[in-house]
Amino acid sequence: MSEAIIKVQGLVKEYSTTTALDNVNAEIQKGEVVAVIGPSGSGKSTFLRCLNLLEEPTSGHIFFEGSDITDPKNDINKLRQRMGMVFQQFNLFPHMTVMQNLTLAPMKLQGKTKQQAEEKAVELLKRVGLDDRADSYPNQLSGGQKQRIAIVRALCMEPDVMLFDEPTSALDPEMVGEVLEVMQDLAKENMTMVVVTHEMGFAREVATRVIFMENGRIVEENEPKEFFDTPKSKRLQEFLEKVL
Amino acid sequence: MYLDLQSFRDDFYLNFIKNDRYIYLVKGLKVTLKVTFFALLVGLAIGVFIAIVRSSYDKTHTTKYSSPLHCFLQILLSIANFLCNIYLTVIRGTPSTVQLMIIYFVIFGSVNIDKSIVAICAFGINSGAYVAEIVRSGIMSVDNGQFEAGRSLGFGYVPTMWYIILPQAFKNVLPALGNEVIVLLKETSISGYIALEDLTMGANIIRGQTYSAFLPLFAAAFIYLVIVMALSAGVKKLEQNARSNER
Repeated sequence: MSEAIIKVQGLVKEYSTTTALDNVNAEIQKGEVVAVIGPSGSGKSTFLRCLNLLEEPTSGHIFFEGSDITDPKNDINKLRQRMGMVFQQFNLFPHMTVMQNLTLAPMKLQGKTKQQAEEKAVELLKRVGLDDRADSYPNQLSGGQKQRIAIVRALCMEPDVMLFDEPTSALDPEMVGEVLEVMQDLAKENMTMVVVTHEMGFAREVATRVIFMENGRIVEENEPKEFFDTPKSKRLQEFLEKVL
Repeated sequence: MYLDLQSFRDDFYLNFIKNDRYIYLVKGLKVTLKVTFFALLVGLAIGVFIAIVRSSYDKTHTTKYSSPLHCFLQILLSIANFLCNIYLTVIRGTPSTVQLMIIYFVIFGSVNIDKSIVAICAFGINSGAYVAEIVRSGIMSVDNGQFEAGRSLGFGYVPTMWYIILPQAFKNVLPALGNEVIVLLKETSISGYIALEDLTMGANIIRGQTYSAFLPLFAAAFIYLVIVMALSAGVKKLEQNARSNER
């Protein structure tokens, strides 16, 4: 395929008592949708959070578009502008309206005018069907709406890759669909995505590759069809039996 | 006390009208308000700065930094945090009256300086210690996810603090800050120790001239009470506005 947009080499993350990531190597190509699954405590969220340095790796290297983000010489704030992140708990800014949430970073960081930032925001809001909620405050929205807004907030920075940390895990079941739909649309537009998820349906239907992690290691990775139909490792077979 | 209305009138005339003695209260009130207002500004500036230093230290002192620059900043932060802790301990551990007198008679002892400026410094420095802890608790009360959201968009540490954390922190501690303003206002009544003619001192001067304690002191107390009630109402209004934004 094309060039790797993210390249992870020998990534280790140790906490005082545990090893969350144990020598992880991975490559993510442009346009790929990579689903990362695994039991809780397997290190999948830590892995994702290392990709934009929300967690500082203990050792190892992470290259994003050719620059080593673990190298302090590289300005992580600049690099993060090109990596959107969506959190399990949405983390919208509660003291701002939806529109202010969406335009803050483009105006302050990319030097866009209010008008430019709002035009872009409205265009994206329309795509997720929430253009009528621009003046609402986050607390006035449902969980599904909040998460769609959070996705739009990340998209407003026009990132090259989107990182999703269990984006549907905090949602009521009937709201999971609307968020997955937005993510599916994104995937269709060839956005590069890394998605930590428990939604096996999403992993199977939308992902171009699935990674299974356990105990801080990547145990198995494959294209979704083979991954789910003919899992090789015993551990993955057990895991899939339990969740499917 | 007052056995009839006439003796009250006489006393009122003696304490406030005769020789325009009410002027002492008016001038005193102006000084009290001026000192309170500017001391509040000084206290807020000191308090927010210290709160940021202390909460930054709490949040980051366990992380490992690889680069020399980060290492240097971390050492700087540790020193700043240490100095802030000393300041908090000393200011909160000694009476404000003693602090006021030290600043006037020792630190500014040999210079001729406007007493109200001394009072503003003293009360500002004193209040800063309390504001610092209030604001710090506000910063700590904001969910860490807010911080991560800001950083993940590409904001640096300070802009994340400024645009995202501090506005929420202030909203959370508005009642406590309002209370601090009220405490500060009443605290300025010790200004008489450096012979600054604030409201309390004004009342006391009248008492000294008329040998009548009841009316001047109750008048001063009443004025403080009215201001405090107005402040409380103002804070309540601010709080309601802040909350209505979110619902």
